[in-house]
Amino acid sequence: MPKDHGIGASPKRREDVRFLTGKGQYTDDINLHGQTYVHFLRSDVAHGIIKSIDTSAAENMPGVVRIFTGADFEGVGGLPCGWQITDRHGQPMQEPGHPVLARGKVRHVGDPIAAIIAETKEQARDAAEAIELDIEELPAVVDMVSALAPDAPKVHDELTSNLCYDWGFVEENKAAVDEAFEKAAHVTTLELINNRLVANPMEPRVAVGDYNQANDESTLYTTSQNPHVIRLLMGAFVLGIPEHKLRVVAPDVGGGFGTKIFHYAEEAFVTFASRQIRRPVKWTSTRSEAFMSDAHGRDHKTKIELALDADNNFMAIRTDTYANMGAYLSTFAPSVPTWLHGTLMAGNYKTPLIYVNVKAVFTNTVPVDAYRGAGRPEATFQLERLVDKAARELGVDPIALRRQNFITQFPYATPVAVEYDTGDYIATMDRMEEIMDLSGFEARRKASEAKGKWRGLGVNCYIEACGIAPSNLVGQLGARAGLYDAATVRVNATGSISVMVGAHSHGQGHETTFPQVIAEMIGIDESQVDIVHGDSSKIPFGMGTYGSRSLAVCGSAMVRAAEKVIRKAKKIAAHLLEASEADIELKDGKFSVAGTDKECAWGDVTLAAYVPHNYPLEDIEPGLEETAFYDPANFTYPSGAYACEVEVDPETGKVTIEKFAAADDFGNVVNPMIVEGQVHGGIAQGIGQALLEAAVYDENGQLQSASYMDYAMPRADDVPFYIVDHSCCTPCTHNPLGVKGCGEAGAIGSPPAVVNAVIDALASGGKNVPHIDMPLTPHRVWKAINQ
Amino acid sequence: MTKVTMTVNGKSVSGEVEGRTLLVDFLRDAQRLTGTHVGCDTSQCGACTVHVDGLQVKSCTMFALEADGATVTTIEGMGNADGTMSALQASFQEHHGLQCGFCTPGMIMAASSLLKVNPKPTEAEIRHHLEGNICRCTGYHNIVKAIMAASGQDVSAIAAE
Repeated sequence: MPKDHGIGASPKRREDVRFLTGKGQYTDDINLHGQTYVHFLRSDVAHGIIKSIDTSAAENMPGVVRIFTGADFEGVGGLPCGWQITDRHGQPMQEPGHPVLARGKVRHVGDPIAAIIAETKEQARDAAEAIELDIEELPAVVDMVSALAPDAPKVHDELTSNLCYDWGFVEENKAAVDEAFEKAAHVTTLELINNRLVANPMEPRVAVGDYNQANDESTLYTTSQNPHVIRLLMGAFVLGIPEHKLRVVAPDVGGGFGTKIFHYAEEAFVTFASRQIRRPVKWTSTRSEAFMSDAHGRDHKTKIELALDADNNFMAIRTDTYANMGAYLSTFAPSVPTWLHGTLMAGNYKTPLIYVNVKAVFTNTVPVDAYRGAGRPEATFQLERLVDKAARELGVDPIALRRQNFITQFPYATPVAVEYDTGDYIATMDRMEEIMDLSGFEARRKASEAKGKWRGLGVNCYIEACGIAPSNLVGQLGARAGLYDAATVRVNATGSISVMVGAHSHGQGHETTFPQVIAEMIGIDESQVDIVHGDSSKIPFGMGTYGSRSLAVCGSAMVRAAEKVIRKAKKIAAHLLEASEADIELKDGKFSVAGTDKECAWGDVTLAAYVPHNYPLEDIEPGLEETAFYDPANFTYPSGAYACEVEVDPETGKVTIEKFAAADDFGNVVNPMIVEGQVHGGIAQGIGQALLEAAVYDENGQLQSASYMDYAMPRADDVPFYIVDHSCCTPCTHNPLGVKGCGEAGAIGSPPAVVNAVIDALASGGKNVPHIDMPLTPHRVWKAINQ
Repeated sequence: MTKVTMTVNGKSVSGEVEGRTLLVDFLRDAQRLTGTHVGCDTSQCGACTVHVDGLQVKSCTMFALEADGATVTTIEGMGNADGTMSALQASFQEHHGLQCGFCTPGMIMAASSLLKVNPKPTEAEIRHHLEGNICRCTGYHNIVKAIMAASGQDVSAIAAE
């Protein structure tokens, strides 16, 4: 019988009502008195020297308030990078400056050059057209491998080359890995591209800066997944505004998927400019601007090899990856192809030796940073494609080959520095086979053949590292921040509760799920509990929402704070009930004395805390409010097995997804409805990557896919109903809720399943194609069939 | 600037607009009806979908001047008269048909328009009708399910909730 409240129940989302009735409050819905509008004039070339910017005509256009260029940012900091990688030789990565507005050079199409502030957005746009710009175009570097050629044009003249870093992991294992390959009975090799993507949350980015001269305070309203992180980065590194004079508010945010983690130039600009002109400044991105200014995702070029012994046991893995950084280092960019990718290369398998090499490269393209999964989809894709190719080469069943090599003992220390605490990969594989009705596949394949279609089955496993992250560990790895989180549980006099959380909800449903946890702990109704998030002035601190960390890290902080509240409340109850504190029990919202019928209600205790007439004032303070910071002991390791069945039309190369199943192990689940929704969305993004999406640059650095006319977003008729299941449960061992995180799994687990299925379909049609790079458009598939 | 007058959610409104002012900007900026969203600039995403004289229209494809004299319904006008959510809106909540909520007003406007002409659409018909509305969060699973349920169809056999 499903639960109807508390942890494990699926109450309907309380945030839905405002979204369904048009009452949401997104950043673009905020309009301030005296507000001005900024339009950014952006580079239309990928690489060039700014010879001159003449703003004189534009300044005289109707409604223009002021025009800023890079020269106005003398003495202002650049956008900081939050993670430093140390290369194979012990040297720090090359780290170029990232100005708010371009100075001297432009380095990608979309690089902001000038900012025009006017009374209306139309006037700002009109005036931008009157700016006379003289840019001497330089040759652009777009392809990562050619960017590393000795004579390649340099994106940053002050660096020695376009190489950001050459990272080896684990460097000490390299010789042993090479030796294992020499001894291998079979080696499978695969070269592939993990296609460049644009996250595309449906709400474009917006930033409103508002300076209040009366108290010298700046407020930034922004579409962010982590308002405190923005306050920290922008206040400390860019504008030099101390925290108590800087408020960052991220109200309702229309999706993030990683690209709203980062600190962007436009946020710093509106905050800076509002202080200069003493009026609010608002910027609303168009979708075209989003394509050329939101950090992109993925964009890896990889060669991966697997060494197997004569019994098909995995002996070693060796990879060689080029990772595109784009023109500047976005906030967490360097960590994505390294610590979020190399550490996951063991996957679900007990491969004893692994060596990962990553060369991060600057190019004249939009910066690349974390996008849903961030490094983990790249690791999973190459590994699971490789295992599938190995099975095909060896003539063995791909599921059997996986099962043979599964890690089965936990905790398990991988050769790539992480320790999986729990998991049961056999159980998720079993469950996947069941929900997918794998035994019925051959019949379905025959039915497809009868229609002239080739049907294929693709399976894969995944492991990811969520709950980012232990601060002492990430500090050693180069993070310039701690990755704990914080929560304050404020119990009001009447017993209702406000929980201030550092996590930010932009679709994840925290306003519903976090109260489920508190309600369960205390035994009160969920309607008694509200979440406050997204405003640095209301919340003690927080590192925000990404890396499927909200419940595992911030939720744990909330549990710790609630435990403190309960401990104090028990002291109050003991006083009211004239009993020993050790005998007080809290159940169903009532305090009772063990072994007696004496009890008092939650509300009696909370009222006493605020009206302390009969109260142990000599022992404890009035009031009932506690804060906790929680720093995780380890990552969490969700895992699962995915399967996809496709039909390929051999005449056209068109692929349709016929059936998709995901069996995940997320540990304990607070709200199954929401968890399943997260998986659905992740799968759709993974199918998008596999079949549809690609950010494409031409050789001159022009972004060819800069609108929804050219960048194929998954639409309702591109995807099926999904079969999702999370009944396999090995709870996380090191956080109080036993939760692992579910936000990225779908996007990590689905691309290899889709591609494996298409390769299988082609094989069933007699076409043995070793690999097709994503997206598997009809053109690419048709070409593969007809080669 | 030209004066336009139209009926929006049952109320007569008017304002001065430029020739280039889009209907969506008139609704959002002049009328402060911010439930209608702008998600793109190429009329692809459907977040700005409203009803004009009963027909589903992307309000970024229409000038405010073109709506002079028209009857416009936005998401703010889709609830029941007593202020509660309509059956379609309630079905989206019931079946978790939204996450971040940004595409949701457009989805409701598109879905209600479909149900007017096709009271019991098939899954394929729903997916086809939503071709002009992009959602990045839900993978469409629960949106399609919510619309089927709102049309009185049994969705219990559809995998997972």
